[in-house]
Amino acid sequence: MSFWTIVYALLFYVATALLVGGLAYKIRKYAKTPAPLKIPTTPAPVTRQGVVLRMFREVAFFESLFRSNKWIWIFGYLFHFGMFLVLARHMRYFTNPVWTWVELIQPFGLYAAFAMAAGLAGLWARRVLVDRVRYISALSDHLMLALLMAIALTGLSMDYITHTDIVALKAFFLGLMYFNWQPIPEDPLLLIHLALVASLMIIFPVSKLLHAPGVFFSPTRNQVDNPREQRHLAPWAAELEK
Amino acid sequence: MADYEIPEMKEIPIIPKVHEGVMAHSKPFVAKEEFQEQLGFPGELVDNWQQVAYDKMEELNGKYRSLAVFLDACVKCGACTDKCHYYLGTTDPKNMPVARQDLYRKVYRRKFTFAGKYFPKLVGAVDLTKEVLDDWYSYFHQCSQCRRCSVYCPYGIDTAEISMAAREVMDSIGVGQKYCNEIIGKVYKIGNNLGLPEPALVDTLEGLEEDIEDETGVKVRLPVDEKGADVLVVTPSADFFAEPHVDGLMGYAKVFHEAGISWTLSSHASEAANFGMFIGSYENMRKVSMRIREAALDLGVKRIIFGECGHAWRVAYSFLNTLAGPFDFLDPKYPVPQHIMEFTYDLIQRDALTLDKSANDDMVLTYHDSCNVARASRMGPMPGGQFILPREVIKASCNHFYDMPQDTIHEATYCCGGGGGLLTDDLMELRVKGALPRMEALKHVVEEHGVTHMAAICAICKSQFAKVMPYYGFQMDSIVSVHQLVSNAIVLGNKQ
Repeated sequence: MSFWTIVYALLFYVATALLVGGLAYKIRKYAKTPAPLKIPTTPAPVTRQGVVLRMFREVAFFESLFRSNKWIWIFGYLFHFGMFLVLARHMRYFTNPVWTWVELIQPFGLYAAFAMAAGLAGLWARRVLVDRVRYISALSDHLMLALLMAIALTGLSMDYITHTDIVALKAFFLGLMYFNWQPIPEDPLLLIHLALVASLMIIFPVSKLLHAPGVFFSPTRNQVDNPREQRHLAPWAAELEK
Repeated sequence: MADYEIPEMKEIPIIPKVHEGVMAHSKPFVAKEEFQEQLGFPGELVDNWQQVAYDKMEELNGKYRSLAVFLDACVKCGACTDKCHYYLGTTDPKNMPVARQDLYRKVYRRKFTFAGKYFPKLVGAVDLTKEVLDDWYSYFHQCSQCRRCSVYCPYGIDTAEISMAAREVMDSIGVGQKYCNEIIGKVYKIGNNLGLPEPALVDTLEGLEEDIEDETGVKVRLPVDEKGADVLVVTPSADFFAEPHVDGLMGYAKVFHEAGISWTLSSHASEAANFGMFIGSYENMRKVSMRIREAALDLGVKRIIFGECGHAWRVAYSFLNTLAGPFDFLDPKYPVPQHIMEFTYDLIQRDALTLDKSANDDMVLTYHDSCNVARASRMGPMPGGQFILPREVIKASCNHFYDMPQDTIHEATYCCGGGGGLLTDDLMELRVKGALPRMEALKHVVEEHGVTHMAAICAICKSQFAKVMPYYGFQMDSIVSVHQLVSNAIVLGNKQ
C-alpha cells in the first residue's frame, strides 16, 4: 500500500466523519432550538402544503434572490446547479453498477462544470467590483470562492488536459466504501483535486456553507401563517405562564 | 432647518456608493437608571459587562431558532445591501442589512464558533470591545425592524431578529435606549405610551363626542371601560389626540355607530403598541400584552379589535395568541384579534355602510403600506389580504386613488423611517434620511397623477410623516388616516 493511498484513504474517512458528524450536530441544534414566535415573512402560505411549495421554490429556483438581484441570481444559479449536476455526474465513481439516471446525465455534467466555474467567476467579480459587496467580504469569503474555483478547474483539467486513471480511482473509492483498500492513482492534478474536495468537506460544518441546511430551518420561510387559528407556544415560554 | 444635508430626491432612484462612518455619530439617548430598573434591567453598565453580554448571547442563541440559523447561514451574497431605506438614505455601509447583522455576527463567531475562536482574522471575528459596543448602540438603533431585507434574502434572514437580540443584550448589561424603555414603563404605570391617565382619557373622548355631534348632528359615542360591551377596541394612544390619528379614531367610532355594535375602549389597556418587541424582550412584550387579556376579561367583551397601528398589529396578529392566549373566553365566531380594517371592510362588503365618496373629492390619494402590517401580519382569510383590505376601504371612501410604484408597495414597501423604536427627536437626522425612498416614490405619483394625500394605518408612520414630509417639500397634513377617509365619507343614520 503506497504512502498516498494511506494518506488519502485516511483523509477521506476523516473528512466524511467531520462532514456528517458536524452537519448532524448543527442540524440537531437548529431542530432543537425553539422558535417562540410566529415570524413568517408575509404574505406567507396559510397551510403546511403551501409552506412546502414555498420552500421548494426557494431551494429549486432561488425565488427570493431572483426578486432581489438578477446578477447574483444568474451567477448563483449557474454555480449551484452546475455543481449539482457535476456532483450527480460524479456518482458514477461511487456506484457499481452505475445508476441509470447517472448514466443519462453524464453528457450534461461536463457543460455543468463550465457553468459552475462561470458562476463562481461572476460571484467573485461582484465581490471585487461592487463596492457594497466588497465592504461586506471577509478574507474567508474570497478563500471559499478560491477553493471552489480550484476544485472546478482541477476537475476540468482532468477532462481536457491530462486524464487520470479513472478506473483505478473508482476502485479506490469503492474500496474505501467496502473497507477493501485499493491503490489511488498518483497523478498530481488528481491528488490536488481530491485534497481540495476533502478540505471543503471538513470546512462545511464550520462555515457559511451551513446555509444549505440552514434555509430549511429558517422560521421566516418555513412557518405557516396561522397564529390566530393555532396557538403557538415554545416550551420555555410556557414556563412563564406557570 | 437642519445642520445636516437633506438627501436629494431622484427621478429614478440609484443605489448610492458607500460612505463609511457617516452615521456613526447617530445615537439615541441612553436610558437612565429609573427607566432601566422598572423593566428589570440593570441601571447602568455593569462591571463585568462583557461576560454578561456573552452569557446573554449564548442564552438567546438557545432560545431563538431564528437567531441560531441566521447567524450561521449568511453567505454575504450582497442581495440585501441595497434594500434598507436607512442605507439608501444615509449611504453608511453599516446600514446595509448584512453589515448591521455582522456587527453581532462577528462577536458571535469569535465566542461561539470554531472558525472565529481559532481563525478570527480569517472570518472577521472580534471580541465585544467598548468600540464594538458603541457601534452596536449606534447601528442597532438605526434599524426599524421593518423586515424588508428578509423579503429579499435567499434564506429569509431577518435583520430585525438580530437587532432585537442586540438590544436585549445591551439592556441586559445596562445600556438601554431611553425612548423605548421610558415608554414601556409608562404602560406599566398608567396603561399607555403617552402616560394619559384615565380621567384625561375620559375627558378627551367626551370632547371628541362633542366634536362629532357639532359636525354631524348625530350623537356618536366613544365609550371607555364600559362593562358588557361586545367589542374591546385597543388602539395606539396617539389616536387620542395626535393629528391625523384622532380623525381615524372618530372614524372607528362612526363605523361602530353605524354597525350598531356596542364597543368600548379600556383605560387599563389604552395602548395597542407594544414596545416590548422593539427591545426584543419576550418577557416585557408578554407583560404589556397581558393587559389586553386582563381588560377583555374584566370588561366581559366578546371580541377584540385593534385600531390603526403597524407594529402593534404585528404583535396583535402574530404574537397575541402566543403571549396572552388562549382566548377561549371570547366569541369563537371571530378571529382574535381582528383589525378595524377587517371590521369595516366586512361591513362595506355587506353593504351595511353608506359612504359618500365625494366627501373626499378634495384629495387625490395614495396608500403607504406600513412595514410590519405588510411583512409580518395578515388581514382577512387570504395571504396578501393586508394589501387588499385597506385599499378596498380607501377606494370605497374616495374617488381618486393611485398606487405608488410597484417596487415600493405591498411586501416591497419602504419603512416610513421612524419605526422600531426610533420615533424620537434625538434621532431626527436618521428619520429624515430614512424617509428618502418613500418620499421619492410619493414624489413620483404626485407628479404623475397629482396625488395630494397619502393614507396610512400606523400611528408611527403618521407621526413620522407629519414630521419629516416638510423636509422634502410636502405639507405636514398630507398624511391621513384611512379611517379619517371613512369618517369623512360615512353618512350617519342611513342604515337602521
